[in-house]
Amino acid sequence: MLLQQLLNGVVVGGVYALFAVGFNLVFGVQRLLNLAHGAVFMTGAFVAYYTVRAGGPLILGFVAAAVASGVLAMIIEVVCFRRLRKSGDAEFGAIISSMGAGMVIMTFWQWVSQTQVLRFPFDTVPVVIYRFWGLRVSLLQLMMAAAAIAIVLVMAWFIYRTAFGRQVRAVTDSERASMLVGINPNRIYNLTYFISGALAGAAGVLVGLAFNNINFTMGEPYLMFGFAIIILGGLGSIPGALMASLIFGMVQTLSIAYLPSGLTTAFIFSAMFLILLVRPNGLMGREEAGSLRGRR
Amino acid sequence: MLEIRDLQVHYNGITALRGVSLDVNQGEVVALIGPNGAGKSTLVNAVSGIVSPSAGTIAFEGKPLHSSRAWTISGMGVLQVPEGRQVFPQLTVTENLQLGATALRGRKAGIPLDEVHALFPILRERAEQLAGSLSGGQQQMLAIGRALMGSPRLLLLDEPSLGLAPVIIAQVFAALRTLKERGMTILLIEQNATLALDLSDRAYILEQGRVVMSGASKALAADADVVSHYLGVTPEG
Ligand SMILES: Nc1ncnc2c1ncn2[C@@H]1O[C@H](COP(=O)(O)OP(=O)(O)O)[C@@H](O)[C@H]1O
Ligand SMILES: [Mg+2]
Repeated sequence: MLLQQLLNGVVVGGVYALFAVGFNLVFGVQRLLNLAHGAVFMTGAFVAYYTVRAGGPLILGFVAAAVASGVLAMIIEVVCFRRLRKSGDAEFGAIISSMGAGMVIMTFWQWVSQTQVLRFPFDTVPVVIYRFWGLRVSLLQLMMAAAAIAIVLVMAWFIYRTAFGRQVRAVTDSERASMLVGINPNRIYNLTYFISGALAGAAGVLVGLAFNNINFTMGEPYLMFGFAIIILGGLGSIPGALMASLIFGMVQTLSIAYLPSGLTTAFIFSAMFLILLVRPNGLMGREEAGSLRGRR
Repeated sequence: MLEIRDLQVHYNGITALRGVSLDVNQGEVVALIGPNGAGKSTLVNAVSGIVSPSAGTIAFEGKPLHSSRAWTISGMGVLQVPEGRQVFPQLTVTENLQLGATALRGRKAGIPLDEVHALFPILRERAEQLAGSLSGGQQQMLAIGRALMGSPRLLLLDEPSLGLAPVIIAQVFAALRTLKERGMTILLIEQNATLALDLSDRAYILEQGRVVMSGASKALAADADVVSHYLGVTPEG
C-alpha cells in the first residue's frame, strides 16, 4: 500500500540525507568532492559494531562512530586536500587523492574484519512494531527517522543561526574575503569536515542496523547515490541535498515495491535525469556549472 | 604606524613589486595611485597577508606583519576593503556586517552598527537582502561598512571608485571624508588620481612596481608632470 511505502521512503531518504548533506556541505565549502566519504560512512558502521560487540550500549556505539568518522574526515581533508588546494588543478587532484584515501580505509576494515560480513548482536535494537492508521513502523525505523530529523535540524540551526555557521557560509562564499574579515578558514574546514564525517558515520550505523550487514564495501553504493543526490539537489546546497535525499528514498522504495526487481537503480537515475531536464542546476542549484571552476 | 621597506613581490616569474618603501602615519590619509598593473593591489595584499613578499619588511606599530597569516593581520585591526568589493553574495547585508566584527577579536568595537548605518543608510534599508542582489555602489558601501565593523586601526581601500557611477562615487567619497575627519588612518588606492589627491594628505605614485614620485597631495596635484600623466585633463575647481 502506497502510504506505507511513502513512510518507508521517508525513512530511507532520511538516512540518505545524513550521508549526502555532509557530502554536499564540504563540496559547497571547498568545491572538492571527497570520494572517501563512502569509506567514512563505513567506518561509522564498523566502529559502532565493535563498540557494541565489546559490550558497550548502542548509544555509545553511535557517539563513538560519529566522533571517529568526524575525526577521520578531518584527517582526510588535511592529508588529501589541504596542500593540493594551493595548486591550480585541485579539482582533479582531489578526486584521485580522496579515492586513494577511500581505498586505504577500505583495505583497513577489510583486514580488521577479515573480509567477513559482520552483524550486530540479535537484540541490539529490540524488534518492536508499532501500528497506527493501518501503518506499520518498527522501532528501528522510528529511530532512523528520529535520528535523521534531529541531526538535520541541528545542523540547519547551526549553519543558518549561529555565528560559527555564518562563518562557514562566509568561507563558502569567498575564502579570501573571509580571511580579510579575520576568519581562519582552516578552522572552518576542520569543523565542516568533522560535521560531514560525523553525519556520514551516523548514517553508516543506521544502515548497518537496518540491513544488519556491515562489510568493507558497504560505502560504495552510497557514494554513487551521494553523487546523484548532490547533482539533483544542486551543487553545494544543503536544503537541496535534503530534498533530493527524500525524493530518492521515496522513488527507491516505491520502485522496489511496484517495479520488477533489478530496475530500481536504473529507475532512480532515470528520475534524476528527468528532473535535471527541467532544472539543469538541480532543485536548489543557483549557478551554472561554468562558474564553479576557480572559485576559492 | 605602517612601515614598508624595500618590499618585493613575485608571482611565479612576474615581478609585481620591485623594492617599495612606504609609510603611513597615525591619523593620515595616504593615497597610492598609478596605472593598471602597477602593483597597487599587490601592495595592499602583501600588507593584509594575502600574498607573501619575497623580500623586504612590513611593520605595523613596530610589529612585523610580513610573516603573519591574513586572519591574524585582520585581527590586529589592519582591515582591507578589497578591489571589486568581495562581499559575501549569498549572505544578507546584516550578516555581512556581523562577519566584519569577527576581526574585533578581543579589541572593543569602535564603530557600532548604528554608526555604520548612519554613514550608509541604504545598508539599514536593505538589511535583510542578499548582498549579491545589491548594486555595485551598494556593495561598495557594504564592503566598507563590513571593514568598519572590525574597528579598523588602519583601513586599506583598494579602488573604492572602480566601476561606479559618478553620483555613487561622490557618496562613497563623502563617507570616506567623514571617516578622515574622525581621525581614521587610511591607505587609499585609486586609479582616479583627482579623487585620491583631493582626499589624501600625502600620496605615492607607483609605476611598474616602483615608487616614482611621492609627496604632499596638494603639491603633487599642482605638479605639471603628474597632472599630464595621471590626471589626464586639468583638474577642475
Ligand atoms: N595572482 C596573480 N598571479 C600572477 N600575476 C599577478 C597576480 N596578481 C597580479 N599579478 C600581476 O602583478 C602585476 C601587478 O598587479 P596588481 O597588483 O593587481 O596591479 P594594480 O592593482 O596596480 O592594477 C600585474 O602585472 C599583474 O598582472
Ligand atoms: Mg588593483
